[in-house]
Amino acid sequence: MTGLIPHSWLNWLGIPPWVWNPLSVSLHAALEATVVVGVVGIALGYALARGRFPGRGAIETIFSLPVALPPTVVGYYLLTRMGGPGPIRTFEVHVFGHPLTFTFAGIVIAQIVESFPYCVRFSRAAISAVDPRFEQAARAMGVARWRIPFLVTLPLARRGIVAGVAMAFGRAMGDFGATMIVSGSVPMATTMPIALYNAVIFGTHQQAMVLALAQVVVSLAILLGVSRLGKVRPW
Amino acid sequence: MTSALEVAMTRHIGEFDLDVAFTVESGISVLFGPSGAGKSLTLALIAGLLRPDTGTIAINGQEVTDCARHVYVSTQDRRIGMVFQDGLLLPHRTVLDNVALAVRQSRGRAAKRAVARSWLERVGADAFAERRPSSLSGGQRQRVALARGLAGDPALVLLDEPLSALDAAVRSELRTLIRKVIVASGIPAVLVTHDAVEAEELGDVVINYNEGRVTGYRVVERVRDTEPDGDAPRSSESP
Repeated sequence: MTGLIPHSWLNWLGIPPWVWNPLSVSLHAALEATVVVGVVGIALGYALARGRFPGRGAIETIFSLPVALPPTVVGYYLLTRMGGPGPIRTFEVHVFGHPLTFTFAGIVIAQIVESFPYCVRFSRAAISAVDPRFEQAARAMGVARWRIPFLVTLPLARRGIVAGVAMAFGRAMGDFGATMIVSGSVPMATTMPIALYNAVIFGTHQQAMVLALAQVVVSLAILLGVSRLGKVRPW
Repeated sequence: MTSALEVAMTRHIGEFDLDVAFTVESGISVLFGPSGAGKSLTLALIAGLLRPDTGTIAINGQEVTDCARHVYVSTQDRRIGMVFQDGLLLPHRTVLDNVALAVRQSRGRAAKRAVARSWLERVGADAFAERRPSSLSGGQRQRVALARGLAGDPALVLLDEPLSALDAAVRSELRTLIRKVIVASGIPAVLVTHDAVEAEELGDVVINYNEGRVTGYRVVERVRDTEPDGDAPRSSESP
């Protein structure tokens, strides 16, 4: 994403690289994480809300665990599983040629794990609140079973789902603990929260203030935009 | 001649036992009885939304449920139309798109919408085709629900207390409309109601329900069946 905006534009806009680089890493990673979390999280939320299978409660509890755990604990387990000896590291090396710790992909994985529960829980709650008789009516109209979620359930649950995706994006953008442990402060893979932490640690308070303000503005703008999506064509 | 619907089934739910058998021919058959008699449960079983414990259901000669042989045709494949008490129109779609969603016999969006529009005209709802259901009155919503129930060219249409949520004036108006449109379509219908006036004015046959059993069967003789506006129903009862 860094290359999406030419440096001349950034200069013209007065955005210095020490703001834009971590901001672009954060946006890029959070967007990728949110796409994965959105697709898988909504699907799992649907299965938990509408499915009738054993172990639903256990699945929901396991996937909700990152909400209750300190992000550093999540980061620790990701670091030791992804970076330590074992089948996951072997798989990473086999597929990518290297472990994913201390890389951009590591940041995305940490953000996926941290933000996943928000999307699942919001989606499940929103889908559970949809009157199942709407789905029955669609079945009686001859609508194929696989189309009903897309034509009926998800549009009716849209507001809650959009809120869940927005929460997941916000959580991904703001993650510090898990990202810090999994990917550290590698150049060109440093997120806004980590850049802010570095600025505070190194005593560059002016930079810290600007970085904090930039994160507030960008997060606010994106969350406002996403929340508008849920309000389009009200009924 | 093949019956529009043949039902012989049982279903046990909690303390309630449903054990019914009846046959429906053309026209409107009314399941009439007090609340909790098992009328709506019967419709749900016919529609395939629930499964009976024992028995068979055949729609237009085609067996859609046979518990002994584990035959359970899905709701989608039963070729039924349904009209619910509160319409259940999808709030995020326009009136026209709600009806078009039920059109099975045409392919392509434009063709489906054309069929849907013709049904909206028949029920007098074409003026609000582009509106959302939330902007309609209760009576208007039920007109659209009726169009949606019939638009898929079903072999059988099921109406579950379609007028019970409406006020008296609108009910009277819609009773006339429902009978007129269904008779004109030639689609056999099963209608559930606990309102004696509604049963008398709408039904060609009234099947009495009480505590999960069929307790009576009555043919309503009509003076002019092709012009239901002028119908004057007379009953001939049989046990």
